[in-house]
Amino acid sequence: MATLKLEIVTAERLVFAGEVNLVLAPGIEGQLGILPHHAPLMTMLIPGELVAKTGTEEFAMCVTGGFLEIRPDKVVILADACEREEEIDLERAEEARKRAEEHLKEATPGVDTARAQAALLRSLTRIKVGERRRRRTHNP
Amino acid sequence: MANIRLIKGRIRGIQSTIKITKAMEMVAASKMRRAQERDLQGRPYDTKIRQVLGDLAAAQPPDSRGSHALLQPRDTVNSIAILHITSDRGLCGGFNGNVNRQTVNFIRSQNVPVKLITVGRKGRDFMLRFGFNVVAEFTGLGDRPGLIDTTSIARILTDDFISKSADVVYISFGEFVSTAVQRPVMKQILPIQPMELQRAQNVEYIFEPSSQLVLDLLLPRFVEMQVFHAILESIASEQSARMVAMRNATDNAMELIDELTLTYNKARQEMITKEILDITAGAVTQ
Repeated sequence: MATLKLEIVTAERLVFAGEVNLVLAPGIEGQLGILPHHAPLMTMLIPGELVAKTGTEEFAMCVTGGFLEIRPDKVVILADACEREEEIDLERAEEARKRAEEHLKEATPGVDTARAQAALLRSLTRIKVGERRRRRTHNP
Repeated sequence: MANIRLIKGRIRGIQSTIKITKAMEMVAASKMRRAQERDLQGRPYDTKIRQVLGDLAAAQPPDSRGSHALLQPRDTVNSIAILHITSDRGLCGGFNGNVNRQTVNFIRSQNVPVKLITVGRKGRDFMLRFGFNVVAEFTGLGDRPGLIDTTSIARILTDDFISKSADVVYISFGEFVSTAVQRPVMKQILPIQPMELQRAQNVEYIFEPSSQLVLDLLLPRFVEMQVFHAILESIASEQSARMVAMRNATDNAMELIDELTLTYNKARQEMITKEILDITAGAVTQ
């Protein structure tokens, strides 16, 4: 089966590097499913779940935005922040969600709201990805 | 004899100094390694963003190249901003002094007003003492700043540039060459110089939603990256400068101890000889 090389880097570290068969990414224009020999493409990511599949394994990650570069044999993701599913701290994400919701209630419209909304979206994504894993580990 | 006790006291004092400098050396060594590692971990992102930007810049139609504000050089430079990066703490040899000197020499060679944005207590204090124009300062970033800590710094630089309160932005910091060598470096970061962006390969990309939009978002990110890396590198330089300074201090202290031990032994022997002389003299007279 044809594979493509996936590299996920953030400014602070290399999150993932390896051969995979399929990448599912939250693109700004919609969800992207990337198979080997995809046409070259540059796009941006929105907060969401990023999944990479190999024949036997599946890696789920949470991205908060960034850039996606696709070449026929390679996918490079320049993420703003990215965590592997198992690295997500659900409690922290939950706290962040509450904080963001409070901010949204109090904030004056404009910059504050936009920032709170972005924070809320980020925390919700983390929670979503994190909980999926929890469900899976509880009843396999 | 009082003299002997005095020497002994000094030896003991220097020994405790050695303990401190040795400990500082080891702490600095491990911090340096950590800063270097973080710098290395960020490298892939850095090379990638350069490649992508290079591709993007090449993909723009020629007449619109440089149309983005951050790429556009100004015809006349009326004011300059410098991001001056030093450390918060001293005891690191000539590290801060070298960077300070570089920045001051640069300011003196310019004939337009220069304003400074300082990172680190040492550089800020120095610049304020000599009456330079410090418009913003950042201190207490610590040994392991995250990207979040440095984005606000990058934001100030880009805002200043876009609002035309600075026509060129430089960054002045201690580049990490090796453990023994740190070189003060002055680099232009805004407007972004096209040669900084290398073209990776000839691939025609499809851009979603548009190449202009991707470029708009990537360029500020690129500036953020450069600031982040400069700060990390400055930390690695600071720690390695401190490590070397502390090793020298330890060596000097050991030399001093050797010398003092020699004087001490000499004095002790002199005293014993004198005592024996006294005793034999006393014996003879009896």
